[in-house]
Amino acid sequence: MTINPTPASATPEGGHLLELRDLHVEFRTNEGVARVINGVSYHLDAGETLAVLGESGSGKSVTAQAIMGILDTPPAFVRSGQILYQGEDLLTRSEEQRRQVRGKEIAMIFQDALSALNPVFPVGWQIGETLRQRAGMSRADARRRAIELMDLVKIPGAAKRIGDYPHQFSGGMRQRVMIAMALALDPKVLIADEPTTALDVTVQAQIMDLLADLRRELNMAMILITHDLGVVAGVADRIAVMYAGRIVEHADVRSLYKAPAHPYTKGLLESIPRLDVRGQELSTIKGLPPNLMRIPSGCPFHPRCPYVQQVCVDEVPHDLVLGDGRTSACHFAQEVRDDSVAR
Amino acid sequence: MFRYILRRLLQMVLAFFGTTLIVYALTFAGQGDPIQALAGERPVTPAQRAYLTEKYHLDATGVGGFFYRYFDYVKNLLQGNLGESLTGRNIGDILQQAWPVTVRLALIALAVAIIFGVTAGVLAGIRRASIFDNSTLVLTLLVLGIPTIVLAPLAQYLLGVKWQLFPPTAGSDPTFYALLLPGIVLGSLSLATALRLTRASVAENLRADYVRTARSKGLVKRRIVIVHVLRNSLIPVVTFLGVELGNLMSGAIITEGVFNIPGVGFNLFRGIRTEDGPLVVGIVSVLVVVYLVSNLVVDVLYAVLDPRIRYE
Repeated sequence: MTINPTPASATPEGGHLLELRDLHVEFRTNEGVARVINGVSYHLDAGETLAVLGESGSGKSVTAQAIMGILDTPPAFVRSGQILYQGEDLLTRSEEQRRQVRGKEIAMIFQDALSALNPVFPVGWQIGETLRQRAGMSRADARRRAIELMDLVKIPGAAKRIGDYPHQFSGGMRQRVMIAMALALDPKVLIADEPTTALDVTVQAQIMDLLADLRRELNMAMILITHDLGVVAGVADRIAVMYAGRIVEHADVRSLYKAPAHPYTKGLLESIPRLDVRGQELSTIKGLPPNLMRIPSGCPFHPRCPYVQQVCVDEVPHDLVLGDGRTSACHFAQEVRDDSVAR
Repeated sequence: MFRYILRRLLQMVLAFFGTTLIVYALTFAGQGDPIQALAGERPVTPAQRAYLTEKYHLDATGVGGFFYRYFDYVKNLLQGNLGESLTGRNIGDILQQAWPVTVRLALIALAVAIIFGVTAGVLAGIRRASIFDNSTLVLTLLVLGIPTIVLAPLAQYLLGVKWQLFPPTAGSDPTFYALLLPGIVLGSLSLATALRLTRASVAENLRADYVRTARSKGLVKRRIVIVHVLRNSLIPVVTFLGVELGNLMSGAIITEGVFNIPGVGFNLFRGIRTEDGPLVVGIVSVLVVVYLVSNLVVDVLYAVLDPRIRYE
């Protein structure tokens, strides 16, 4: 692997709240080994929001689950790399130590709250379970705190709804329950794995606003995993774009939207339907994401890339530092960015 | 829920009359000369014939006569009178003696299925593709593949006669020990099904999204399995066992026959073999009620266990 893992904005050792270094994860299946994460590095500082963007199968959720330590092993194995939380590598910790981190330091919410909540227990019980089991609260205290948390995520009539089951809530309310549960132990990092994908557009906006507000109020750091560029813009500080298990571009939101420096990011931005341009066919990225058991040589994006040259087939591109803390894993990052600006 | 149960009870009335009518028809409608059947090989005198014709209302013939006798039967049934068998015994008395034996046998079989089937199923589900899992799969396949008519005599011969670990037959008024081997044989089929059902259910629930959530809450693995996974996995298992208890209560013809246990199935089989129409119809009528009630109980239980199920 020749990718240079160090992000341009790296601050001194242990300076970040959470830092991934050259993480490799593979899935060992009967059909062969799928290299799902191939040298992912990113970092998260206290109080900021990092969006991890990519299409299905790009490895964004697997990365998050590796951070949480909830990958299903087998088939998933962390092959190498480091996950530093407050300067300590979680991957070298025991399972028991990692369990202590889950929920209390780093919490996670999932895409589909209906299946992510246990169908046979009332929501108040499920929120309270974390408090009883992890914070040693009494049944009555846990119940009281669960109502407070449900109020915090703005579930109307929390005290009355505490005994209801997940299926009795609407999609948006269910996701709020998930959020309340994740916040129970005051985590420092919240990982939101496509929190709005299963929801109506109007509800999506409400949930994103809620997450942004809570992040600010509770002074958490947030990793927002999404495939929806629209969701990212208003909430995130920085964006890491993933493709075939790598970070292909990493930049602050404003400059990334203004001038993407990786052909994949550029393709993504161009495939957003625009209201101001009439009568044009929506541009798409041609082809399909690669099979992770047979990742193309060189730059994994080269079969779909309009900028492709021989070098892309032969050589894996290094992270190219573009200034302003931006990086792009493209041999022609400079050209792509200049193209984008010109457009 | 109350309205649902009420509606089900009304449906049960219909189902009860429907099934008894069919059983009654199958038993009696095709019968050429019921009086000769009653007498067997012996000749019937004209006086006896006249008496029996009068007693069983056999003077009315054809479809009209059939329904006349059926309603006669139902009238007695509703008064709790199951009538007499051809041997002259009160069918109610026969059932009163047979049922406790069958219930004991059924409970032993169910206990075997729960203790071994569910426990092994949970372990196999957790350790999927392990040696334990694979061996339970092979064993249950074997059990499911061998019919009781083979398994029961085999167990009787090996464990009862050859190695003499258990009494080979039970006889009248059997002890718990005498019922143990037949109970295990009878339960082995439920055991195999319960094991496979539990295994599949546990394995599926272990992969469920809510398990991932429970892990991300930082719960200990033990609690995730016992509280979250089992509570969900056992819903189909409990309902299966409920239906199975209903089946077992209605007696096991082969097992009771092989081990000579004077239970419901034993008497039913004797009734069929000796062409004792009233006995067959009497027993089956009661079995229909047992089956209908146990099914209703299972459906209600299902709603209690799974909050997503609501009956209107």
